[in-house]
Amino acid sequence: MVNLTINGSALVVPDGSTILEAAKRVGIHIPTLCHLDLHEMRMVNQVASCRVCMVEVENRRGLVPACSTTVTEGMVVKTDTIRALKARRIVVELLLSDHPSDCLICERNRNCDLQSLAADLGIREVKFKGAMSTYKRDDSSFSLVRNPDKCILCRRCETMCGEVQTVGVYSAVDRGFMTTIGTAFDLPMKDTACTFCGQCVSVCPTGALTEVDNTRKVLDVLNRPGKVVIAQTAPAIRVALGEEFGMEPGTRVTGKMVSALRRIGFDYVMDTDFAADLTIIEEASEFVHRLQHGGTLPILTSCCPAWVKFFEHNFPDLLDIPSTCKSPHEMFGAVAKTYLATKLGVDPKNLVIVSIMPCLAKKYEAARPELSGEGEQNVDYVLSTRELGRMIRESGMDFANLPEEEFDNPMGQSSGAAAIFGTTGGVIEAALRTAYEWLTGNRLENVEFAQLRGMEGIREATVRINDLDVKIAIAHGLGNARKLLEKIQRGDATYHAIEIMACPGGCIGGGGQPYHHGDIEILKKRAAAIYSEDRAKTIRRSHENQDVMRLYGEFLGTPYGEKAHELLHTSYTKREKV
Amino acid sequence: MAKLKSMEELAKLRDDMKNRTEMRVTGTNPDRIVLSVGMATCGIAAGGRDTMKTLVEELEKHGINNVSVVATGCLGYCYAEPVVEVRFPDKGPILYGDVDVKRAREIVDQHLVKGILLDHAIIGKGAGRR
Amino acid sequence: MNRYRMHLMVCGGTGCRSSQSVQIVENLNQELKKAGMDQEVQVVTTGCFGFCEKGPIVKIYPDNIFYVEVKPTDAAEIVAEHVVKGRTVQRLVYKDPAGGKQIPASTDMPFYGQQIRIALRNCGLIDPENIDEYISVDGYQALGKALSTMTQQQVVDTLKKSGLRGRGGAGFPTGLKWQAALKQKSDKKYIVCNADEGDPGAFMDRSVLEGDPHSVIEAMAIAGYATGADEGIVYVRAEYPLAVKRLKIAIAQAEEYGLLGKEILGSKFSFRIRLSLGAGAFVCGEETALLNSVEGSRGEPRMKPPFPAEKGLFGKPTIINNVETFANVCPILLNGPEWFASIGTEKSKGTKVFALSGKINNVGLAEVPMGITLREIVENIGGGVRDGRTFKAVQIGGPSGGCLPKSLLDIPIDYESLSAAGAMMGSGGMIVMDDTDCMVNIAKYYLDFTVDESCGKCTPCRVGNKRLFEILERITDGKGTMKDLDDLEVLGGTIRDASLCQLGQTAPNPVLSTLKHFRDEYIAHIVDKRCPSGVCQNLIHYVVVADKCIGCTVCARNCPVSCISGERKTAHVIDQERCTKCGVCFSKCPVDAIVKE
Repeated sequence: MVNLTINGSALVVPDGSTILEAAKRVGIHIPTLCHLDLHEMRMVNQVASCRVCMVEVENRRGLVPACSTTVTEGMVVKTDTIRALKARRIVVELLLSDHPSDCLICERNRNCDLQSLAADLGIREVKFKGAMSTYKRDDSSFSLVRNPDKCILCRRCETMCGEVQTVGVYSAVDRGFMTTIGTAFDLPMKDTACTFCGQCVSVCPTGALTEVDNTRKVLDVLNRPGKVVIAQTAPAIRVALGEEFGMEPGTRVTGKMVSALRRIGFDYVMDTDFAADLTIIEEASEFVHRLQHGGTLPILTSCCPAWVKFFEHNFPDLLDIPSTCKSPHEMFGAVAKTYLATKLGVDPKNLVIVSIMPCLAKKYEAARPELSGEGEQNVDYVLSTRELGRMIRESGMDFANLPEEEFDNPMGQSSGAAAIFGTTGGVIEAALRTAYEWLTGNRLENVEFAQLRGMEGIREATVRINDLDVKIAIAHGLGNARKLLEKIQRGDATYHAIEIMACPGGCIGGGGQPYHHGDIEILKKRAAAIYSEDRAKTIRRSHENQDVMRLYGEFLGTPYGEKAHELLHTSYTKREKV
Repeated sequence: MAKLKSMEELAKLRDDMKNRTEMRVTGTNPDRIVLSVGMATCGIAAGGRDTMKTLVEELEKHGINNVSVVATGCLGYCYAEPVVEVRFPDKGPILYGDVDVKRAREIVDQHLVKGILLDHAIIGKGAGRR
Repeated sequence: MNRYRMHLMVCGGTGCRSSQSVQIVENLNQELKKAGMDQEVQVVTTGCFGFCEKGPIVKIYPDNIFYVEVKPTDAAEIVAEHVVKGRTVQRLVYKDPAGGKQIPASTDMPFYGQQIRIALRNCGLIDPENIDEYISVDGYQALGKALSTMTQQQVVDTLKKSGLRGRGGAGFPTGLKWQAALKQKSDKKYIVCNADEGDPGAFMDRSVLEGDPHSVIEAMAIAGYATGADEGIVYVRAEYPLAVKRLKIAIAQAEEYGLLGKEILGSKFSFRIRLSLGAGAFVCGEETALLNSVEGSRGEPRMKPPFPAEKGLFGKPTIINNVETFANVCPILLNGPEWFASIGTEKSKGTKVFALSGKINNVGLAEVPMGITLREIVENIGGGVRDGRTFKAVQIGGPSGGCLPKSLLDIPIDYESLSAAGAMMGSGGMIVMDDTDCMVNIAKYYLDFTVDESCGKCTPCRVGNKRLFEILERITDGKGTMKDLDDLEVLGGTIRDASLCQLGQTAPNPVLSTLKHFRDEYIAHIVDKRCPSGVCQNLIHYVVVADKCIGCTVCARNCPVSCISGERKTAHVIDQERCTKCGVCFSKCPVDAIVKE
């Protein structure tokens, strides 16, 4: 423990604490900007580059950054001296002097760390005006837009992409005032090894990184005569959308969400959870097939498009181990444009599928050629949770007071197994519920596999199925995934099944979710909500979803069969590392 | 070159190499003794080069290292070439004439080592300097 | 081995080489051969003598004659006259600009008179590409002494007692740095030599590496022994090809002799050294940015603490010292810390090498004892201001330093006094300015450099310095306001207070120091819209004095934009609207009828 004084009050804090952490204990809020502490995700951006959190420390010549200065015994800190306040203010003014002041029309309006900081400090004038940096906007990809003009060089994206995700698309380039965050060889995003996980967007404090906004296109198609537009919502949306309307994180708003989508004008509101159950049937079948026929093991889940692109770039020699299952919303699209179109009596050409996803990579995924053959995409548009929030606000709905409504059928019913797809460990747990019962012929007494749950980056568990100890691994965050895959590559570990989600926490922490502003508790609350959604379901096993089984009976035939392969499975492509 | 295995080997190498640079170190030492050998045409014709060579060799033989042997131009004593001027710091120069190889050895032996002037060979003395 | 009776030392430093010293060596060798004296007389390519103003230098031993501005064609005369006949070539001897007196011995020259050469001790004395010559002047004796007679702590204590402080800029006590690294428990430690010399005008590190690379290698090995490191890295800029070449040769020779490698001199100590080439980013001279660069990352400073001695290269305890610092280590071990501490002032011990340049007669490298006054350096060693002009200021410490006026010429040179005066020791660049230098423009020049060289990581340096620069630009364009002066001070103060590394923290120094000492010049630019030194283009104009103009038309014919008109033999007129202020007319006018206003 270390003794120190902050603004005159003495306190004792654990060794290794930063001044920022120590100050928080005595209720002193030191403003920060570049700093981001998501240490549970192994993401601590401590570059100390913005210089907003400068404080005075006795006997130090200059000011020191509170975010990254470790306390020492007897340290005397002053956070509110005129010198510190002045420096903080000038630093923010300097940032503003090189930042477009188009807040009114910025995507991050009312949701921007820089804007809040300027407001908190009460800045009314930027004294030091001068040249502004201007760069080309990169909107080459389907997922995210880079607007370096709004970049304040906090380096969070670089840390997130490089250290947490180990993708390393971003790096500071050039020097001095010309410094900017760029890609290797200034490649457009679409040509980089970017997985479009969108975690950079999640942590960007300003409008420098945003999603590709599809709301205008969706609004347009909703109003096009002759089009039948179907919305499908991913499991992680219903536990996060409420945050867009000031609701407590972890509030389940499933019914209100359905209601809002209908009011926006969607002809049908169905559920990706239905397709998640379908995915489990296929994936569990594939797993059982591989297990019983000496197929390649482990099997890797393939629901996460960022993860798919990651292994295509980084592990092209392992392309035979991921499951060939399409991701749930793509399965939904494929089934909707065939089975459902017939059922509804709509020409598939006039059927438009809009996925509401917590994810930015889904936007890219929807445009993958093998998933959008001959101009007919499985999924036509993807909206993020944030985009849906904007559409709801734009429509003038009082979200909190909307009635609770039910999903439309026949693709609206789902099990609790599908619900947990939204959090890390959920997919493998769902698959296990089905595979276990299929393989053993016994009904599980308790469907909850506690050993698969949690927020540890890499988790392992062994489940006894018949005579076999089925070894399972779970990784979330691509850096963790890389570690796991490298272990397999080296032959250091053997597993039967592995679940990987690109985003820390799984889809609840997806790149399209409401901004968490560094508050990791929000993710935990969303995860808890996911599990309560599961518990609230009467059906908790995918293979007990009667609508899914009817789909096989009426249309698909046998699980993992020929028709299923044609519609529900996909293939992967080798890609370069850069 | 084999690797040096000990401090002693390094010290020995240093001593062996000393004469490579000794002249330069001595050259800027204010306390050095300067032997100037007349090396104008007359000096060379009279055998100045041999004289010079001998001086250098004798000094080395005696292990004397604070002496610079330099060539100098005509000192005006052409009748007595080769001439050698011996200049100790703080003392006036002594000029020897007809310094053949034998006398060169004597200069080192007597004057430099023992401090005994070769009175018979002195052809000039200067006032003390510095 | 030949016993040579005469050594012709030719400077092989970068400066003299660019003035054909390589050819001089070749010609001397040819002439000696012709004269049949190549077995008697040795030509040695040596390191920089420091007196670069008058290079190429040829120094002759044992005569101790110092020839200046030697050309390859002078080789024949040097051999025929000096070598063969013992007659000094008078026309190549240095002449004192003051009295015109010829001074044949370097020891009598005012430039060398007040110097004490410790770091530069072997530059000009030995052949840097020959380890035997280094060994002959007690090379590797200090390493041997440390390995055979001293404990690690004793070596560190010796450094501590000597009072040696880092010569790269900040002046941190070297012994304490070594102590901190010794204290760390780690399976791996590194010794890094910072040879990323980047201050404009400073070249002492280059000269040491080119002229005496073994002195650095030996000192690094000593540091390795003292702290328990087994690997050294010299981070040297790729723009120093000769230094790189000589380092490589020196490392190879040291390895061959077993002075680097496994179990050095029969001890248990092993040490190897490799080079890491920098791509010329100024910020990589900052120690933590340098570490990033060696590791292959972007050259950006890291937060301190942790200091490199605790967590340095690849996270391991690392000592980073600059070239000149290392060059002082061996003499301290051999001569004792008391000897070193007897030189200099109470808090700044030993000597410092300064690179003199600018409007000064003797441009070059001078190693002087700490505590000498600025005046002594400028007037005695530097030979005063060039072309008989008036001294205005001396800029010390590179882009991070400050400009000191005449009134501060008598302050002693040491870390504390320079900092107190608003400058800093820095790496030892010293640029003299005269009355034709505009101090606002000078401040702008330095800031332009740091704005360019900032790594761009932290806000105050990246944006703040740019804004400072823009304010200065306004002022030199005649668009400044008095409020700009306050802004400069306020903004400069915050940049100094809040920047991440020394580059940013010191970048406003040129502005703040000129603002303090030459405020009048700023005010002249702002209030009178006038540049007193006639430098700032937008504040000057050229005018023909009608009375003096003889109508020769030279100005009109030479004007690149044809803005001068007038009949032959009548007074000419400059069209101020079209004039680009290039100054051609001013310099071409044969009767000085064109003046700058």
